[in-house]
Amino acid sequence: MQEAVSFSPVKAEPRGSSRATLARVLQYVLTRAVSLFLTVVIGVYLSILIANMGGYVDQIRKAQIREQVGSAVVADRSLRLLPPAEMRRIIDERIALEETRLGLDRPFFLRSFTYLGNALSLSLGRAERLTSDSGSKQVRDVILERLPATLLLFGTTDLIVFFTAILVALFLSRRYGTFLDKAVIALAPTSAAPAWFYGIFLILIFASALRILPFGGMVDVPPPESTVGFALSLLKHLALPVLAMLTGSLFIAIYNWRTFFLIYSSEDYVEVAKAKGLPSGTIERRYILRPTLPPIITSFAFTLISLWSGAIILETVFSWPGLGRLLFQAVGQFDTPVIIGSVVIYAYLLALTVFLLDILYALVDPRVKLGGDMGRTL
Amino acid sequence: MNALRETFKDLARYPSAVTGLLIIGALIAIAIYTLIAIPYSEGIRLWRGGEDLWIENPRNARPAWEDFFFRTRLSKTIIVSTQRGAAKTVRDLPGGMRVVEISLPFNYPYDGFPSEINLFLEAQFKEQRPYVSFTWVMPDGRRIALGERSVRANERYSISLDRQLAQRLGRRPPEIALFAAPDATVDNATPIKGRYQLQIEGLFFEPHSDIEAKLVVYGQVYGLAGTDHRRRDLMVALLWGTPVALAFGFLAAVGSTLTTLLIAAVGVWFGRWIDAVIQRITEVNAILPLLPILIMIGLFYSRSLWVMLGAIILLSIFSLGIKTYRSILLQVKETPYIEAARSYGTGNFRIIFRYMIPRIIPVLIPQFVTLIPSFVFLEAGLAVLGLGDPVLPTWGKVVNDAYANGALYKGYYYWVLAPSAFLMLTGAGFALVGFALDRVFNPRLRTL
Repeated sequence: MQEAVSFSPVKAEPRGSSRATLARVLQYVLTRAVSLFLTVVIGVYLSILIANMGGYVDQIRKAQIREQVGSAVVADRSLRLLPPAEMRRIIDERIALEETRLGLDRPFFLRSFTYLGNALSLSLGRAERLTSDSGSKQVRDVILERLPATLLLFGTTDLIVFFTAILVALFLSRRYGTFLDKAVIALAPTSAAPAWFYGIFLILIFASALRILPFGGMVDVPPPESTVGFALSLLKHLALPVLAMLTGSLFIAIYNWRTFFLIYSSEDYVEVAKAKGLPSGTIERRYILRPTLPPIITSFAFTLISLWSGAIILETVFSWPGLGRLLFQAVGQFDTPVIIGSVVIYAYLLALTVFLLDILYALVDPRVKLGGDMGRTL
Repeated sequence: MNALRETFKDLARYPSAVTGLLIIGALIAIAIYTLIAIPYSEGIRLWRGGEDLWIENPRNARPAWEDFFFRTRLSKTIIVSTQRGAAKTVRDLPGGMRVVEISLPFNYPYDGFPSEINLFLEAQFKEQRPYVSFTWVMPDGRRIALGERSVRANERYSISLDRQLAQRLGRRPPEIALFAAPDATVDNATPIKGRYQLQIEGLFFEPHSDIEAKLVVYGQVYGLAGTDHRRRDLMVALLWGTPVALAFGFLAAVGSTLTTLLIAAVGVWFGRWIDAVIQRITEVNAILPLLPILIMIGLFYSRSLWVMLGAIILLSIFSLGIKTYRSILLQVKETPYIEAARSYGTGNFRIIFRYMIPRIIPVLIPQFVTLIPSFVFLEAGLAVLGLGDPVLPTWGKVVNDAYANGALYKGYYYWVLAPSAFLMLTGAGFALVGFALDRVFNPRLRTL
């Protein structure tokens, strides 16, 4: 998500260090923090309501419990000979026990606030159905177990896209109108299709037809014993999803950054610098990159937090055991604690990033008036 | 109108835009053709009608044009039946019994084996079932007894699934052994070309009994698009996917951009707390995960395409686009003509609708055009996750079917490629036009 903030270059302004400024800065930071926290609270509460479908999911869960307990009791040999009334009592007892365990005996409205409190204090609790591979039912463990997979896949791709795009864009913006420039820009419409779509094609070509790369998954089954073998297997499985994501996002990123750099390199002060005969390296660093730094930082920060949500469809297409698949499984099994856990962490990360960016902007660009235009956020 | 013509004139200067417009035009033409040729109810009936409707189609047949790329001629479906003029003779025997002899001849000119062989029998009788025996006559004169059985009113003899027959034919699948030399193994067998015949001899125990027979030798190829695992002609889904995708993408794009724009304009114009509230709602909305919410709606509530459409529009009303529009509208608000309008007492909403929103339309149109395919792909993505519309045939559903049935493992590439090609065309068409529009409307490139 690129930003609609435009900055022009930094002029050396004397920074006033009066007490009034400090007070204003503090006041601004506090207001921002409170408003962002409220945003998180409301966002998370809405997610809780939605993830429970306003309490509707409870009915599904109760029905499931009834069915499971019923069949478990009927299947139990030691209970089969009991009279029907006795059996009924045992079933009811167990249903009540299970409902208490999941907190279904209290009205949803009250429970939703307990959920909210727990979520906000990051005590994510226990998953209802999903377990981590190590057997833990703690939401924290379930999420942490999937985190490396997503970080590996999206971290690799996003870093490649981010740095390649900026470097190539800077390079192209200086060769505006050349054949290479036009060729790369002609590829920008590839962004119309999402990564998973290219994934299907790549699987078809490299896995299905040529049989040189695996269809999906993260490592071979069984995983290779040696570290080198493991890494190679990982690389082999990483190739197609990374390539799919690169196809979907690299060219549009280059296009956007190129446009961006072009706008900045056609500013008057750049022309002046050129007229002065400054070396092009200096112009690039001091006159183009420096004023464009805030948007670049923003973009990088949002790239980093977008890691968190993974990509549900891409991970499903490639059977990649990441957070996106986890979320999909959690939704499929009505495992609300896992859904909420994933949402609340994302919300915190987002709010924290926005907050830090606000402060960072003030540091990088002294013209951003703290406490002035409150609207320019996010 | 004049502005529109100017825009087209500008667009025509970009070859990519012309290509894009042609693609979009072709898609719209396909959509209109589909709506006329296969009306909605007919489309649903064809797609959801069950196997009876498609029983004469081969399963997982490739598109017929795949032949074109290879030397070999893949087999097409052959149907011979007594109702379509195959010979049938009836002899009465003393004692009320009758003997029927049916001959179902056909010519087999292909290089590939059939994919399946079925014989459908329809017998008329009161109490006693007729008793029939089948003999397969090969072009080289060999006669192979297939078996005998008493026939129910509606009998289906799946010759290619007859295990006993396969045993007798040297453990080779009947659809291969019945067309190959007697000593050919499954791997090196080639079909013997020529005239085949299925002879049926029936014995009726009642005076008015009769029997009709239909032999279907299923081919390896079918139509322009091939068939899926339920023998359905994929063409139906590919055609019907077009209007569905276009309508979905267009409505979602209209619904989300227009509302977003309106809200941004209202916020900017009235300012103060209204603006602040809109800003905060936008930020809250940014935290809500769109795709998981859509998945939840699909699982718990309804998978209908139109419910999804509503949910997508609702969730994207307060999208981050508001921030972009807002920054532009803030500048528009300060322009002299707005001040002039205000000075002669123009109403708030007149200013918003007539003076502010039209100013931002040029920025909006390229975004709008590029948004359309993103919604089409969102729908396809949901379908790939198994949350496609339960009734309508869509491209995404076809890809999902293909995936669920292991098309990529089994090499049924056409099953994935055809719907993907349509998706790709949609994406490319709108993207090409969108990028060109961007350059037309924002000559000074675009301010990110």
